[in-house]
Formats: sequence, C-alpha cells, structure tokens
Amino acid sequence: MIGFQYSRAQDVADAVRQIAAEPSAKFIAGGTNLIDLMKQDVERPSRLIDISRLPLRSVEETASGGLRIGALVPNADLAYHPLIAQRYPMLASSILAGASAQLRNMASTGGNLLQRTRCYYFYDTATPCNKRVPGSGCSAIAGLNRMHAILGTSESCIATHPSDMCVALVALDATVHVAGPAGARVIAFADFHRLPGDEPQRDTTLQDGEIVTAVELPERGFSAHYTYLKIRDRLSYAFALVSVAAGLELEGDRIKDARLALGGVAHKPWRDPTAETALRGQPASQATFASAATILLRDAKGYEHNRFKIDLARRAIVRALTQAAAGTPQLQSSKKIA
Amino acid sequence: MAFIGQGLDRVDGRLKVTGGAQYAAEFRVPDLVHAVLVQSTIGAGAITGFSLAAAQSMPGVLTIITPENALKLHAESNLPQAIRAPLLQDMDVHYNGQHVAVVVAEALEQADAAAARVRVQYRRDEPITSMDAVLDQAYLPKSFRNGERPADSRRGDPDGAFTAAQVKLDAVYVTPIEHHNPMEPHATIARWDGNQLTVWTATQGISGTQQSLAALFGIDPKDVRVICPYVGGGFGCKGNTWPPATLAAMAAKLVGRPVKLAVTRAQMFTSNGYRPRTVQSLRFAADQQGHLVSMRHDGISQMSQPVLGEFAEPVGLATEMLYACPNVAVTHRLVATNAPLPTYMRAPGEASGNFALESAIDELAVALKQNPLDFRMRNYAEQDPHENKPFASKALRECYRQGAEAFGWSRRPSEPRAMRDGNVLIGWGMATSTYPTHRMAANAYVRVNADGTALVQVGTQDLGTGTYTVMSQIAADELGLPVQRIHLELGDSRFPHAPVSGGSMTVASVGPAIKTACQAVRAKLSNDGDTNVALPELLARRNMPSVEASSEAKSGEEQKRYSMHAFGAQFAEVRVDADLGEIRVSRYVGAFDGGRIINTKTARSQLIGGIVFGIGMALLEETHVDGETGRVVNANVSEYLMPVNADIPDIQAILVPNDELVSNSLGAKGIGELPMVGVAAAVANAVYHATGVRVRKLPIRIEDLLV
Ligand SMILES: Cc1cc2nc3c(=O)[nH]c(=O)nc-3n(C[C@H](O)[C@H](O)[C@H](O)COP(=O)(O)OP(=O)(O)OC[C@H]3O[C@@H](n4cnc5c(N)ncnc54)[C@H](O)[C@@H]3O)c2cc1C
Ligand code: SF4
Repeated sequence: MIGFQYSRAQDVADAVRQIAAEPSAKFIAGGTNLIDLMKQDVERPSRLIDISRLPLRSVEETASGGLRIGALVPNADLAYHPLIAQRYPMLASSILAGASAQLRNMASTGGNLLQRTRCYYFYDTATPCNKRVPGSGCSAIAGLNRMHAILGTSESCIATHPSDMCVALVALDATVHVAGPAGARVIAFADFHRLPGDEPQRDTTLQDGEIVTAVELPERGFSAHYTYLKIRDRLSYAFALVSVAAGLELEGDRIKDARLALGGVAHKPWRDPTAETALRGQPASQATFASAATILLRDAKGYEHNRFKIDLARRAIVRALTQAAAGTPQLQSSKKIA
Repeated sequence: MAFIGQGLDRVDGRLKVTGGAQYAAEFRVPDLVHAVLVQSTIGAGAITGFSLAAAQSMPGVLTIITPENALKLHAESNLPQAIRAPLLQDMDVHYNGQHVAVVVAEALEQADAAAARVRVQYRRDEPITSMDAVLDQAYLPKSFRNGERPADSRRGDPDGAFTAAQVKLDAVYVTPIEHHNPMEPHATIARWDGNQLTVWTATQGISGTQQSLAALFGIDPKDVRVICPYVGGGFGCKGNTWPPATLAAMAAKLVGRPVKLAVTRAQMFTSNGYRPRTVQSLRFAADQQGHLVSMRHDGISQMSQPVLGEFAEPVGLATEMLYACPNVAVTHRLVATNAPLPTYMRAPGEASGNFALESAIDELAVALKQNPLDFRMRNYAEQDPHENKPFASKALRECYRQGAEAFGWSRRPSEPRAMRDGNVLIGWGMATSTYPTHRMAANAYVRVNADGTALVQVGTQDLGTGTYTVMSQIAADELGLPVQRIHLELGDSRFPHAPVSGGSMTVASVGPAIKTACQAVRAKLSNDGDTNVALPELLARRNMPSVEASSEAKSGEEQKRYSMHAFGAQFAEVRVDADLGEIRVSRYVGAFDGGRIINTKTARSQLIGGIVFGIGMALLEETHVDGETGRVVNANVSEYLMPVNADIPDIQAILVPNDELVSNSLGAKGIGELPMVGVAAAVANAVYHATGVRVRKLPIRIEDLLV
C-alpha cells in the first residue's frame, strides 16, 4: 500500500466538489473492496474521500409504489429490511447469498454496485491486465479462467462482475440515481454496468466525478414466484460460478411475465430480453425453461477452464425457473442444497 | 486421581481467548524496525540489476538488502535442505515469488511502500510451470526419506501376478499442490547482542531453528536463543527454518537493530513449502474371491529445481503395509519444475497416497461386486507384511466395527445411484486410515517445591494442539500432584532439547521424557516404604525447599521388534445435486485407534480438525499456478478455498480404546495426522456411490460431475 490523504465529505455536493478537484481521489464507503485493492497496490488513490457518514442510509417508499434505497444502506440492513423481505424477496435472497455476515454488515449499496472483478490477474500487479493497465494484455484468456465470463466477452477482457445483489437489481428493473458535476441523473440498471469491449478499464457508465446516491426499485417485486439460485464451490464466502435471478408472474400454469438474469457469466449482470420474451405466454414447463436457456446462451463462448459454465448455466436456468414457478425459492438461510 | 485420560480444558485456553498468549510477532522489543520481502516476478532466469533509488529515498527506509550487499552465509552442506532455499546469496531465480530483496524501514508501512517501488531487472528463461508436461523426465530421488530407506520396494512378483489375475484395475490418480495456510503466518523478530542472536519466531522446531541459524551465521548454537511459546498452527510449513527467519536475522545484523519480518498471506504461498502435486499410477489385482494378489503403486511428485534441495512425497509407504498381499511394488520419482521446494504437509505422503490407494481398493471392490468393508476385511493384515513383524497393536478391526455401526454402513445399497432425495443423489463411502507411530529422543527438567507446586521445562513447542495441557497431565499423574499445580514451560531453546513437533510424535517423544524426569525426582526422595507418601510431604520431612531432576527418554528395542502404526476407519455421506453437480458432505463418522488417549477433549478436537482438513482436500483445496509465468494466482484465502462452517456437517469422531504400552511408556500413537488420512478417498468413494462417476483427481468439483 502506498500513502494517501484522507478527508470526509460534508454532503453530496461536497463529495462531488472534492472529487472534481482531485480526479485521482476515490470515494470510500464500507471499504471492503477498495482497501483490499489498495493493499495489493491495484488501486493507488491519492486521497480517500470518506462518504460513509453522508445521510444516504434510509429506505423510503416512493410515490409510484416502489422503494428508494440510499447508497449507504449496508447490505445486511437492506436484506433484512421488512419492506425488502416482503416485497422484493429475490433481492433479499441475492444479498444473503453473497460474502459473509461480517462483510455484509460493512458493505454499502453503492459500493456493491461498484465492486471490481475478482479476476486473479487483476489483483496481481506483476501480471498483464487490460483492466488494470489498459493495453498491457489479458492474462486470463490463455491463462486460468475458470471463474471468467462466457457471454459478452471481448478480445481485451473476459472478466465477470462479481456481485450477487446486482443480478437481482437488474432483474427487478431498478434504476441508479447519481449526482455529479453536471447535476443529477438516473440510469437504468441494465445500462449501469457495461461490457468490456476495448475499454475494460471502465466497469460502468458512471462519468468522472459522479457519485451514486440511491437505487430505486419499481413497484413489481415478483414476490410470489421468484428465486435466487447461486452455484459456487463452497456454501459461504465464495463468488458465484453461475447464479440465476428468476421472477415469474403466472396465470394458471401459463407465464404472463418473466424476469431472468444471470450472475458470474459476464462483465455485467446479464439480462436478455429475448429469453424473457420466449417465456411469456408459454406453459411453465421444463421444455419452455430449456428453450429460454438455449436462447439466453446462444452466443455463449467458453475458454479452457470455464467451458463447463455454459452447460451449468443452462441447467441452473431450468432449475431456477422451476423453483420460481413452484413457489419454492432457493433458501439462503438453510445452507443445504435443495 | 489420574489426570491422564480425562477431557481436561486446555490449561492455556483462557490466555488464548483473552489475548494474553504472545505469538512471535507480538513480542515488544525496544528499538524494533520492520522488514518487508520483495519477491521475483519471473519464473526462471537471473537478476541482472536493481533500481533502488526511488525506494531508498522513501521516508524511514534504513536499507535495502539484495544479493549485491547481503551477508554471505555459511552454506554448510549438512544443513537441512530447505534452509538453503534462496537466501539472497546469488542472482539466480528458480521460481516466481522467490525472495530477491528485503526492505528495512522504521515503520512497517514505510517498508511496505518502499518495497512496492523496488524495481528488478531480469534475464528471463522459459520456466517449467507444470509437472504434467515433463513426466517423462521423472528421476529417482537422491536421498529418499533422508536416506533412511530406498525409494523403491518390491516383494513377490507383482507384475507376473497382475498379468495372471482375473480382476484388475489400472488407473492414474492426481492430487494438486496444496498450501498449509495456518492461521498465523510466519513471523520472526531477530535481535543481536554482540555475537549472540535471539529470535522470537513461529516454528514447529525451536531446536532445529537454533542449529540452522547457528550454522548459517557461523556461530555456536549456544549463542542462538529461540523463543516460541505459542504457534498459531503449522501443519508442516513451520517445520524447517525457511528463508524469512534467516533473512530477519540477516537484516538485524546489517542495520544493527532488532528487526521484525512478518510474511504476508500472499508470500506464504512461495516462502515455506507446500504439498507437491502427485501423479500416481496404480495397478491392483485380486482373485475372484476378493484376495489381493498384486499391488503396484508408482508415484511421481513435483519438485523445485534440484539445486534447492529435495523433497519426495512418500505416497507409497502405506501401500506396503496396509493389506495382506503377497506381491507388492512401490516406486517414488520426482519431476523438476520452476516451483519452490515442497515440504511436509499434514500427513505428507500418507494423505495423498491414501487417496489413490483407498480409491483403488474401492474400485476393485466394485469390480468384484463386494461390499468395500468386507473386501478390506478379507485382506486384513494381521502383521506388517512389509517388515514381517507383529504390530505393537492394531485395533483397526474395532475401528471398522464401531465406525460402521455408528454410520449405519450395513444399510448401504450396493449399487450406485440407489439413494435419492428429490434432486439430490446420496452416496456412502469409506476408507481406511493409517499413520506410523514416530518417536525421537527428548529431554525434560522437573522441579518439585515444598509448597506442592512443580515446574516442568522442556524445549518442545505447542502448535495449538494442546501440548501444554497433555504434558501437564502427564507430570501431574507421575508426581501425584493436581494438574493446576504444574507449571509447564516450553518454547525456549534454553530448556532441555526436544525434537521438532512433526510426524505426530510430540506426545510419544516428550511425554516419556517428562515421565522419566518425574520418576527421577521421586527416586531422589523415596526410601523403601514411603512410595505412597506425597512428594511435598517427603520434602518437608527432609526440610528441603525443592528437588529437581533432568532426564532423557528415547526408544529402545521395541522399535526393532514391532511395527508401529495408528489406524482408523473413515465413513462419509455425500449429497450431490443430480443436475447441478454441487457436492456437500452431509454426514461423517471416523473411528480411530490412536493408542492411549491422554486428553479426550483435545484429542477429539484433533480428530475433528483433521477430518475438516480432509474434506477441504477432497472438495476444495488447490493452488493454481499460471502456466505461462509460474505465478500462484490464488495466493489468498478468498480464492484458495478451504471449508467454511457451512460446509461441515456434524462429525462423529470415535476414540477406539487401546491400552497397549509397547509403543512407548505412554502408549500414545499420535493423532495429529491420522484423522485426515483417508478422508479424501472416503468422500470420493461416496461421490461414486451417489453418482456412478469415478473421479480420480482432487479436488472433486462441480465440473467433474456435469455428465
Ligand atoms: C472475501 C469476500 C467475499 C465476497 N463475496 C461476495 C459475494 O459472494 N457476492 C457479492 O456480491 N459480493 C461479495 N463480496 C464483495 C462485497 O459485496 C463488496 O466488497 C462490497 O459490496 C463493496 O461495498 P463497500 O461499501 O465496502 O465498497 P468500498 O470498498 O468502499 O468501495 C468499492 C468501490 O466503490 C466506490 N464507491 C463506493 N460507494 C460509492 C458511491 N456511493 N458512489 C460512487 N462510488 C462509490 C469506491 O470508490 C470503490 O471504488 C465479497 C467481498 C470479500 C472481501
Ligand atoms: S480478464 Fe480482464 S481483468 Fe482479467 S486479466 Fe484479462 S483484462 Fe484483466
């Protein structure tokens, strides 16, 4: 770790002002990702602007029947918030599937969105990595890539976005509220994270100097038929090899509306409208689920160690939709395989 | 009242949970400065130069040690090999992550920041990063088991018997590189007073560290004092004096101030050995009735470059003695790569070899359509078939019986994929466990005071296993004093010499030394007729303030007459998601013959801990090395996966009674390594039983079961 300055932001406007004045500074919220990266010399901010005391810690109902979640609401508080548990259990479940209890206590909503990839090489400054040092090359494409992406990859980067929470947020059509030097704006969740293309150093569409202030959920929570299925090597404290957020609205045994998003497979939480279209109007059957999986994975591409994820993702989609349709979501509290 | 055999709480438990127990890095030494290691970023080649100006000008920096200004050490050829591992004595680079410089600064943060600015220039060679690519270059170890025995053995005619046999198996099993990752990383504080060196260091062997450091710095061992009252786990990686301890002492000498060097978690992956990858070919055969007629076990294990020393994973030793089979051949070979020197890791050879051996036994049982337990019983070795000697004792039959009964083994359906619960396939598997009973000479000092207290000093160390507690129990019983009145001191090289805490031999080695020293104390006071009088009373009668004695204990004739081993039976239930391939161990029973048990509570902790270690080996642990650069890519405990609480089911650990006193005067066989031997095979065999898929490599992962 190298030396850095530290200051506290007084309010959102002050935070934006401070970072505009010193572009090599970084915001720090829970610090559970940023501090690790600083210890590895991957992030070398000249200054930490502490936003953790800003008044962005509440969960409020919106006029349109949804919820507005402050950027500093801790992951644990969000998961156990009664309104979330009741109306958006898919989101609660995705949060509880992630990290560990201690990390969830520290981690913030905004920080979860902006956490960086867990690609081994990104963490090791002795190896080439386009995301860390643009133009230096990608060590993972011909290296160890078991945890890497199978969808939306590029020649420059095959990293995944590691968040569980974001998979549910994209499935639920959330929006991200940001403030910046040019004022406030709202970004659709599906547009917040980006694919690597030839600029893998950019994880999101956030502009320089912008701060996330809130995440907003629309009214529909798919609370009757949902699941968050996470497949990983151990039962806690491990990132998803593949995860699936599924929400269904059923009319009899017919699917009226569907949401389907995947984690662990791409540079962003992956949601594919064509797969959802393929589900709509169809019977809630294994055949329907399997064809939606085929559509979603039509362009999937495997690398030496992660090829199995294509097959695994297909099976996971079918299982998740089956769980959602049956109203038997994957439990995160009872740590047993279903 | 006898303390031996009781489940006493740890005598140091309170100190540990209240933070009062001081570990190596926690000692307060005035005037202390800090050292940080810089490691190579290439896999093979040589250093051609350093750019140090930027780092040197950083605040607080005192010196930067490189091969260009390092102290020349005395490279005595009789030193253990591991400690000759790179010590900044030349510019060669043998593996990625080799220590190439040490930055010393006033504060840790300053040393760390400066270390990040050290630039090294290299001449790069092509590293050999994978043993699999060079298996055809396997070679015979120069000095297998330090020359105690040949690397190969043979009895009967295994190849002829294999050719003639009816039921055969010919299979290759692979185990990965694993790292010990004890909770406490290596740490050393080194201080020179003139020509005398004191080190506070995390080690499994204070006596070995004393010898090594004395030899390297060319001083008398009496001038080296090693202090290590507590160790936060070792599992083998603290058995040698690895470079960081030596480099701390070198840095202290060069800056003329005490130096602390604590290895980071990432550096632990290239600083202190690892369990090498193995590729094991097994050719086993049986007759139609299920008698083993041929066993051939050819093991190859991964090595560093040979200049760094030698370590061969002894995978075949248990194959020689575990079953009654007339025709057996075992070989051990090495393959040189650009990796650090491997070393002992909990049950070295036994754990990795047993995965192959006990998987193969299961495969043969399947081929014979016999229950795996019956098949093992049919080939039970009543005496050691390799050494042709009786066992000092062997309660394995009782382990099988008690384990099977507790597990419910008799209800096991013989076909795979026969038990199902919704999407989940359930399977039951078992394996045999064995580990040799080792012992080395040890010494102890005992003093009994007239106030009824006693002081015991011994130069051993407590890895966290409970040495303080069990040694106090042994002394208490022998002196006839309450255990609370025994004050036990260890972890200081000024105390009487004891061996390294490895090979599960501490109780068997140090226990008898304490016992004989206690007997010597009593002998000094007892006349005929007063053997039943308490020692404090005898002291009072003679008006003596105290009485003391020192004593050595070592093995005798029994070593020649008997084969000595601990045994166990492992039973696992796994649940495997039929579609998604996720594997969980859902039930576990292990039954063990560890000889006489001194403390049932600390023993049970060892057994349960060993089984957890084994579950990690079966399903999670693996060090990944980049094929191009030879760098460890998962050098952290987030991506080097070990089981978490949620992965571990209820474990039933059964202590099978065995009161034999032949192996040593305490009858202790050692239980540190035994419980993890066989776990991986039991789990793999259960996975087969659940799914019908035989996985012959570790760890077993989701992708292996997506069929
Ligand atoms: C061992 C381990 C296991 C984990 N396992 C999982 C898992 O299984 N699933 C999972 O989803 N996550 C997992 N995590 C990641 C964890 O969820 C994230 O580290 C956490 O959510 C980050 O939040 P934070 O508040 O601590 O962010 P910080 O570390 O404070 O910040 C992260 C980044 O976000 C930026 N930032 C923070 N807040 C804002 C804001 N309001 N506006 C703009 N920028 C901001 C910071 O500048 C920084 O770049 C794991 C983490 C660890 C260490
Ligand atoms: S996958 Fe992306 S993050 Fe990983 S090494 Fe390649 S460029 Fe870097």
